[in-house]
Amino acid sequence: MEFFWQLMINGLSLGFLYGISAMGFVMIYKSSSVLNFAHGELLALGAYIFLAFMMWFKIPAIPAFIITLVLCFAFGFLVERVFLRPLIGEPLIFVIMLTVGLASMMKGAILLLWGGNLYTYPEFIPQTLTLSLGGVNIQPVYNVSFMLGVVFLLIFGFFFKYTSQGIFMRSVADNQRAALSLGVNVRRIFALSWAIAALVAGMSGIVLGVINGINVHELSAIGLKVFPVVILGGLDSIAGAIVGGVIIGVLESFTGGYLTPSLRDVVPYIILVGILMVKPYGLFGQVEIERV
Amino acid sequence: MRALKFRRCGNFHESYREELNVFETDFGRFWVVIGFFFVFLILPFVATPYVLYLVTNIAIYAIAVIGLNILTGYTGQISLGHGAFFGVGAYAAAIMATRFHMPFLLSVFAGGLITATVGLVFGLPSSRLKGLYLAIATLAGQFIIEYVLIHWEEVTMGTMGINLPRPTIFGVDVGGDVKFYFIAFIFLFFFLWMAVNLMRTRYGRAFIAIRDNDRAAEGMGIPIFPYKLLSFAVSSFYAGVAGALWAFFTMTITTEPFNLGLSVEFIAMVIIGGMGNMSGAIFGTVFISLLNEGLRLMADILINARIFDQAALTMAPLKEFAFGLAIVLFILIEPRGLAEVWRIVRSNFRLWPFSY
Repeated sequence: MEFFWQLMINGLSLGFLYGISAMGFVMIYKSSSVLNFAHGELLALGAYIFLAFMMWFKIPAIPAFIITLVLCFAFGFLVERVFLRPLIGEPLIFVIMLTVGLASMMKGAILLLWGGNLYTYPEFIPQTLTLSLGGVNIQPVYNVSFMLGVVFLLIFGFFFKYTSQGIFMRSVADNQRAALSLGVNVRRIFALSWAIAALVAGMSGIVLGVINGINVHELSAIGLKVFPVVILGGLDSIAGAIVGGVIIGVLESFTGGYLTPSLRDVVPYIILVGILMVKPYGLFGQVEIERV
Repeated sequence: MRALKFRRCGNFHESYREELNVFETDFGRFWVVIGFFFVFLILPFVATPYVLYLVTNIAIYAIAVIGLNILTGYTGQISLGHGAFFGVGAYAAAIMATRFHMPFLLSVFAGGLITATVGLVFGLPSSRLKGLYLAIATLAGQFIIEYVLIHWEEVTMGTMGINLPRPTIFGVDVGGDVKFYFIAFIFLFFFLWMAVNLMRTRYGRAFIAIRDNDRAAEGMGIPIFPYKLLSFAVSSFYAGVAGALWAFFTMTITTEPFNLGLSVEFIAMVIIGGMGNMSGAIFGTVFISLLNEGLRLMADILINARIFDQAALTMAPLKEFAFGLAIVLFILIEPRGLAEVWRIVRSNFRLWPFSY
């Protein structure tokens, strides 16, 4: 039974990480309906910038964290400006392939700067945060990441609900033309949503880096695992991303524990195909209505 | 004998039949003859083994890219799983040749047929999904097929790989660089010819109608789902045949090359060449292959020069970067690809000096 709970806890925390990683992805999809294949590289970018500030410039963790988020924000803004704006209204495959190209470029650049080795951050999380639940110890990093995740969820909950920019973003997601005619600056909203998504991705990347170590290949693989998560949760629902992430994480953990470990990485995709066959728009997603 | 047509400066079609002509002018036919001459009679006898290897590789990839172009460029369905389909073809042919001792041609076509079946299965989601959902479904297909290839060890030998026998046609040995070069190009021309003509039939026109607007196509009486599946099957058949040829070409296969990177490379070839254009598929394949080889050669030169040992080590990521940059630049600057660039160049020559 203890094995079960250990797997459960592992799965939940892993799933929560997937959920957090998927949040940025959903944000981009929600406002600009772009399927971002460069999401894993955005995660990696955040993790590496944080690493650079911690290791090279020896800045303490909290200021480094804030600087990283600011840089990621700026980077997201820039990406939208330079690469995605010219493609508004172009066929889907071009947009998808553009993000694939971007992913390849970013991966190349990161490998060029840092190489493909596994890095770890210096210890900066106090050990006093260890929690113990009925004999199962929970690592402090998981607690910190959980808290970070909740804080970000709350911030974005409030952001979407009460700030004008958040409401604009929701309106653009809902109906672009109606938003345009009501005076919403759609282009600025696109840029803003990319910037915020890159910021969230950077945050998730740091959390992932703290837990698993930092490696471009692994982080970009997680970027691809975001797809089952968001399909399960519905492509345009942030809460759905967390739920989907948790489900996928728990399933992965149990497959790894009770079946064969090698099946672990494929299970999400098998589930994905199953869901697409049965309920194509996800558990919480909106059904698209289309007219000729 | 009718008069030859070489230059035209407008659209002079008088019947639908003329619209369907493969070559608009005899100039096109002339160039095809020159191309045949060059490919079959000149190149194999002057090229170094390295160039020959490169060109054979391009020919084999081009078959797969033509197939993907039928699916993506003409039917408008995105597939991120063609790298895996290519692998299925390679493995199917290898297994047919080693376990069941099938002759070369039969195992290549068996590889194609098996891949077409697999492609059909992964095309099933297209009944309800389109656009990005289909892209995600085929992405999942890529990972699942890769997993099966690695872990179904009784059949695929897992990470050990399979060694293939030398290919023979009716007892004649066709292995080796030069002979296989001819085989690859005969296959390429045959499949190119099939694809060009497929697009002139009712099936091809139905594909194009589905690409342009699937609801409207349905309204006009085209049963969308069977046609989408057909497109998936034809496209995977092409990928499978190409994979099978590739397996016989390299003589030994492992699961490693058939990853997502290969799928992305295929799509990049289609886009950079020009979607919905058969010559584009060839252009794109040549471009990406030469880009890869060029960057690799650069790395070799740097290593041999012994100046930039450190820089040479970083060439692999630079290759990745350049590949991404090529995709991004083409999409931003010329989304219709090299075929469109070629068309513009041609029409500039034809209309010179009055370019309007």
